[in-house]
Amino acid sequence: MTAFVRNQWYVAAYGREIGRELFARTILGESLVFYRTTSGRVVALADRCVHRRYPLSESRLEGDTIVCGYHGFTYDQGGTCVFVPGQARIPRTARVASYPVVEQDSFVWVWIGDHDRADPSSIPRAPWLDDPAYTSVSGMEPLAARYQLLVDNLMDLSHETYLHGGYIGTPEVANTPITTEVDEDRGIVYVSRHMADAECPLFYAKSTGIEGRITRWQDIEYHPPCLYLLHSRIAPVGVLPNADGSDPGGFHVEVVYAITPETENSTHDFWAVARDFALGDHEVSDFLAENNRTVVMQDVVALNLLEKVIATEPEGYQELSINIDTGGLAARRILKRMAEAGAAPARPSEAVPS
Amino acid sequence: MTSPSMPRGDTVYRIDWTLGTDVLDGVCHCGARRRSEDPVELWEWLLAHPAGHEPPARAGGGG
Repeated sequence: MTAFVRNQWYVAAYGREIGRELFARTILGESLVFYRTTSGRVVALADRCVHRRYPLSESRLEGDTIVCGYHGFTYDQGGTCVFVPGQARIPRTARVASYPVVEQDSFVWVWIGDHDRADPSSIPRAPWLDDPAYTSVSGMEPLAARYQLLVDNLMDLSHETYLHGGYIGTPEVANTPITTEVDEDRGIVYVSRHMADAECPLFYAKSTGIEGRITRWQDIEYHPPCLYLLHSRIAPVGVLPNADGSDPGGFHVEVVYAITPETENSTHDFWAVARDFALGDHEVSDFLAENNRTVVMQDVVALNLLEKVIATEPEGYQELSINIDTGGLAARRILKRMAEAGAAPARPSEAVPS
Repeated sequence: MTSPSMPRGDTVYRIDWTLGTDVLDGVCHCGARRRSEDPVELWEWLLAHPAGHEPPARAGGGG
């Protein structure tokens, strides 16, 4: 059985990636083609002509329609075929699937599942990415590994000490206990690690200008299946937020990941880093972008390796979980539950009128 | 210390890793509490609610 969680919203792309060129991306094993209409709306359709399967992404955009590059079948924004070559009658079944799309917080979200279950208000938010009070850098790295490995990776940041030493990892990350909470009603996993007195990694020393040791908070908020937020607070040692919640002495970095399965064994690893300091400072932006990409690539190399290990391991291999895995275990359980719920039919099957 | 965003629902399971020890302290939304050094075992107990979850008054205060 597939481990995909269907009937959910997924980040398909950054808004900046979708324009007047046809754009192909596979999500949960489904090949999609995206484009922006002349009025600016993003459209997502199945990337396969109903006639002879030609990829529509290898075709041509004419106004707001796609003209198949093989025989000219032409599809409107809803996937309905409006022209077939050489004949007046357009077959009733000449249409390709369309997908609900919402553009929000710099992302293009697409619904993979039954249309009537798509509720745009259920899309989790990452408002910092589209907020003038923050400056963001972002990217996407293809991962040749199943999405569950990226979830495991992000839910347990103790790996920063070992895999990302010298970048974002310091000894205190692995040595500081975590608090894990599961909000069962809302389906969110929280993992919190507050380091009172920690070494300042280069990533934050250079970007904030703090010299010396820091108080470092990592508060993870995972909205399965796709959106992962890391609220990172950095301040000189002992500098805490005020009682009223204001925090003029803290530097805030919102690290956002969107974890979108491409296939069973590959993942789109979207990453973004938004900060509330050094706004508009290109030097800081370049530094954070380059360093975060380096860190992401360290994960990509490690997870690609893990995928190969899993592919060749004997059936029934038993891994070991310890305290650092408490958050990852909670995420796995929610994903399993969501996969089961997403695979279930929306309602009892109805008789199809003949 | 408060986190920028914390659970707001009525059904929250929580596991605290006790500072300076290997002990995990699990708290169910019903108030039942259990300590363990195995996160797998502790999640199983939490998620089995209400099975095996004694009301907090009879659970010995939980320390």
